[in-house]
Amino acid sequence: MPSALVFFTELADAPSKAQRELLTLAASIGEPTVAVASEVSQATAEQLASYGVAKLLVAPANQASFLEHSLSVLEAAVKQSAADVVLVANDNFNREVAARIAVRVGGSIVTDAINVSADLVVTKDELAGSYSAQAQATGGVLFVTLKPNSIEDAPQSAAAEVSINELAIETSAAEKVRIVGTEEKVVSDRPKLTEARVVVAGGRGVNGDFGAVEQLADALGGAVGASRAATDAGWISHDAQIGQTGVTVSPQVFISAGISGAIQQKAGMQTSKCIIAINKDVDAPVFEIADFGIVGDLAKVLPQAAEEIRRRQA
Amino acid sequence: MTEENTAPLKIVVLVKHVPDVQFDRHIDSGSLRLDRSESVLSELDEYAVEAAVALVESQGGFAAGHEVIAASMGGKSASNSIKKALQMGASSGVHLNDEALIGSDTVVTSKALAALVEHVGNVDLVVTGMSSTDAETSVVPAQLAERLNFAQLTHALSVDFDGASRELSIRRDHAESTLTLAAALPAVLSVTDQANDPRYPNFKAIMAAKKKSITELCVADLGLAAEAVGAAGSRVAVLSAEARPAREAGTVINDSGQAGIALVDFLAEQKLI
Repeated sequence: MPSALVFFTELADAPSKAQRELLTLAASIGEPTVAVASEVSQATAEQLASYGVAKLLVAPANQASFLEHSLSVLEAAVKQSAADVVLVANDNFNREVAARIAVRVGGSIVTDAINVSADLVVTKDELAGSYSAQAQATGGVLFVTLKPNSIEDAPQSAAAEVSINELAIETSAAEKVRIVGTEEKVVSDRPKLTEARVVVAGGRGVNGDFGAVEQLADALGGAVGASRAATDAGWISHDAQIGQTGVTVSPQVFISAGISGAIQQKAGMQTSKCIIAINKDVDAPVFEIADFGIVGDLAKVLPQAAEEIRRRQA
Repeated sequence: MTEENTAPLKIVVLVKHVPDVQFDRHIDSGSLRLDRSESVLSELDEYAVEAAVALVESQGGFAAGHEVIAASMGGKSASNSIKKALQMGASSGVHLNDEALIGSDTVVTSKALAALVEHVGNVDLVVTGMSSTDAETSVVPAQLAERLNFAQLTHALSVDFDGASRELSIRRDHAESTLTLAAALPAVLSVTDQANDPRYPNFKAIMAAKKKSITELCVADLGLAAEAVGAAGSRVAVLSAEARPAREAGTVINDSGQAGIALVDFLAEQKLI
C-alpha cells in the first residue's frame, strides 16, 4: 500500500475546506503522515485523528522565514516519512515549495490535480479545464497539488489518538529573501473564493457597484468574484479576479453577472458544476456555456433573486 | 565593492512559445502532446520582457552595457517568440532547440533552463512570467531558483531595483497579506500581469530587432545527455488526455420583470439551494 504525506505551512484550529479535502484524499490512499511547518494545538491534532492520520510531524520556525523554513520542513518530512506521494495545497506558495523539494529529492510534481487514485494515478485538468488528463510517476516521490472543491470532505468517525511529534530538521539554508513589509488584507466573513460552494461574480456590467453582487452572494452564503475588467477598473480588489491571471474556481454554482465571458475569463470558471449568466447583451459569449441564462439588467435581477431566497428561507 | 556595484547587469528573460489561447487548443490523442501549430509568445511572458527592459532603462539603459538575453526552449518556431522579445527591447537571443527535450516535465525543464543560464554565464537575474499559458504550472521559476541557488522572488505584483545596493524588492500576495520581499542578486524574478504594461514595439524597434543575434543551442552544448531530458529524463508520464465534453448552452430567458424569481426557481429545481 502506498503511503501519503500531507504538508501544511500552517494548520489552524479549524482546518480549512481545502485542507480537509487534502486529508480526506490522503486517508483514501493510506495511513497518512501530516507535516506542519508551524505550531499545532492539541485540539487540531485531535481533529486530524478523524481522518485516519497515523503520524503528525510538527516543526515550528525559530525565526521569521519566508521560504527556507517551509523547504526544510517538507524535505525532512519527505525523508522521514518515506512517503510515495506528497499532497499539498494548490496555491502559489505551496506549489513552489513542493516543486523545489521535488527537484531536491529527484521526484516529480503534478499541479492542478482533482484526484489521486489508490494506485497513485493523478487526474488533473489541462488547458484551463478543457481537457482531463491522467499521469503517473515513473520513479521517485510524486508531489501533487490538489485543486480545492475536488474531493468530498469525509472525516471518518472512528478516531484514534494522534500524538504530536517534533520533526527534527537540519539547519535551514541561509535566508536569501527578507520580508521587509507586511500589509494585512481585509478579511471578509464570506467563504474563500477558491473554496466556496457558490460564487457570484461581477464584471464590466456592474458599472462600479458591487452591491447587488454582494447581496446575492450573501443570500446564498457564497463568495464574491470579478472579471479582470472590474478589478482593473478598481471597483474591487485584485484578489477577487477570476480567470487566467487570477484564481480558478470550480464551485457547485457560478453566477456570472455583467461579464461577457471572454476566453481568459472562461478559463477561470468553466469547470463549475452549474453556470448561471445574467447579461444585457444577448450575444455575450458567456451564454454559450451557461446552464441558465437571463438577458436583463443585473441591477434588477440580482436584488430580486436575493430577496426571493431570503423570503423562501424565512 | 564600488566596482561590483557599477558592473553592467546581465539579465536572462525566459520566453515560451505557446498555442494561442484565442483559438481552440488540442492535445493529440496519440502522442498525448499539445498541438503547437498556432503558437505565439505566451502573453504572460510579455510582462517579463517588459520588466527586464524597464529595469535596464532605469539603470542607465543598454548604453551602460546592460544585457537582456531572451531565451526560449522549444521547437523551430519558438524563434518567433524570441524575435518578439527582441522587438520589445531585449538585446540578444538564445534558442535551445533539441528534439531530445520533447516531453520534458517541470523538473527536467528547470534542469535544462538552469543549464542554459549557466551556459550564458555570470547572470545576475532571471526574469519570467507568472505562468505559461499552456501548462500553467507556475513552478519552473521556483525550481530554477533551487537549481541555480538564486534568491526566489516570484509572483511579483510590483518590482523595485536599487542600483546602489543591487537589491531587488517585490510585492507579493501571500495568505491573507501582501508582503514586500527583498533580496540581493542573483535572483529569479517572476512577474504577474499587475507588474507593468508591456510595450508595443514601434517600427524603429522592429527594424532594430532584425540586427540582433539569436544563438542556437542543443542539449549537448549545455553538457546534458539526451536521456537526462525530455520524456526519458522525466519521472512523470502522461497516461491519457481527453477533451471534456463541451458545455452546452441551456435555457436563455429575457427578463420581463420576474427573472430574479426564475433564477431562484432554477437553483431550487437543480437542488442547488
